[in-house]
Amino acid sequence: MATPEDNRYAKSHEYVHVEGDVATIGITDYAQKELGDVVFVELPQVGSALDAADELGSIESVKAVSELFSPVSGEVVEINETLADNPALVNTDPWGDGWMIRIRMSDPTEVDELMTAEEYDEYIEKESAH
Amino acid sequence: MSESTEPLKKTPLNQVEKELGGKMVDFGGWELPVQFSGILEEHEAVRTKVGVFDVSHMGELTVKGPQALELLQRATCNDVAKLADGRIHYNGLLYPNGGFVDDILIYQNDPNDFFVVVNASNTDKDFEWLQQAAEGLDVEVRNVSGDYAQLAIQGPEAERVLQAMTDVALADIKYYRFATGNVDGAPSIVSRTGYTGEDGFEVYVAPEHAPRIMKKFVDAGAKPCGLGARDTLRLEAKMALYGNDIDHSTTPIEADLGWIVKLEKGDFAGRDVIAREKEEGPRRKLVGFEMIDRGIARHGYPVVDGGEEIGVVTSGTHSPTLKKAIGLAYLPLDKSAQGSEFTVLIRGKETRARVIPTPFYKRAK
Repeated sequence: MATPEDNRYAKSHEYVHVEGDVATIGITDYAQKELGDVVFVELPQVGSALDAADELGSIESVKAVSELFSPVSGEVVEINETLADNPALVNTDPWGDGWMIRIRMSDPTEVDELMTAEEYDEYIEKESAH
Repeated sequence: MSESTEPLKKTPLNQVEKELGGKMVDFGGWELPVQFSGILEEHEAVRTKVGVFDVSHMGELTVKGPQALELLQRATCNDVAKLADGRIHYNGLLYPNGGFVDDILIYQNDPNDFFVVVNASNTDKDFEWLQQAAEGLDVEVRNVSGDYAQLAIQGPEAERVLQAMTDVALADIKYYRFATGNVDGAPSIVSRTGYTGEDGFEVYVAPEHAPRIMKKFVDAGAKPCGLGARDTLRLEAKMALYGNDIDHSTTPIEADLGWIVKLEKGDFAGRDVIAREKEEGPRRKLVGFEMIDRGIARHGYPVVDGGEEIGVVTSGTHSPTLKKAIGLAYLPLDKSAQGSEFTVLIRGKETRARVIPTPFYKRAK
């Protein structure tokens, strides 16, 4: 799957899709492949406040657990409830139905600090070469 | 995993695994596939059809000579004299304090000739341990690990797939027995054994034949499976993993492996400690559990009671067959009864779990 160009990307492999001041956050296709079959996603409660780089939850795959970090600061306005019953959406549709949370950003300029699709592709190429 | 900077060791199937799309990882110094198509899919294939695993990293030792039996009797806790030609058993190689040097399979060719299958990362240690124990005895211990590749073909359709490629009459091989013959024309040892809780076979063959045989298994419908599925399958069947559930600090009694301890066979390393534990009860016991709260308790997570650490999780995963989180943990004996509830710290968060009967999964006969 090509890395969508209308997202921004964190080094910890979350993506941010911005519409107005709301950021939709999920993990990238590369990240879901690295994790393998996702069986449980732990997400924060709606209304909680997050700072950029705060841990926002965790993803359990069969093999391992991985922490999720928020690439931006703000208030959680929505979580993807369908992941509770169908965590495999993170594997099958990471860019779409596998999204995790929506945050109303307190500082939208934080998005500019994140990588573009092109930068992220270079980044994972280097990472997977190790 | 590996702390050394030495290049990873490769099995004879390394190239084939990469061609089949294996996602390779460092497993105790070996480059092995953690998965091919996905752990859940591979797990399912073994439970319902057939899958094939590369287990060539496992070590093989031979113990031969007039006092071969005596050596193995002294060094292990199970009764090797009860074996017969063509039979196999699960056994523990023990330290004098009752802890495991390793958990092993012993194959008896005849009473003076045994084939011992050991954990990959323990091969050198086991070899040296047995060699030391053999001093003064008329027996020769050899490490023949380099002579063998090992393939595990596992699942309800394993017999059908393997039978099409071998002159060994598989229907005649009962569980934990073996025969020698040809697999795809290559001289092999074929045993009805495995680490999945499913019917299946393990094939020991010279390294140069292994890639061809692996490909033929896959062409015949066996799904290539990696370490990830091997771990979920063995855990559902409650088969111990050395380094996780058992090690030098755990005895067979603590590990709920009392069935491999045969005190009546005579003296052996660790016997005193184990006899006492059998009589007085061990300090702690390995139990199976399921999670009550959401989350997966994994290897190394502490079991706590009122802020005090009272035990530890040794293995934990999402069970693909049971579709819930399961695991194994050492608990104090008085808290280890079926149905007992306890608390695991999952990344700092108190999470409830319950002791349940094992194995978690048992195949229908």
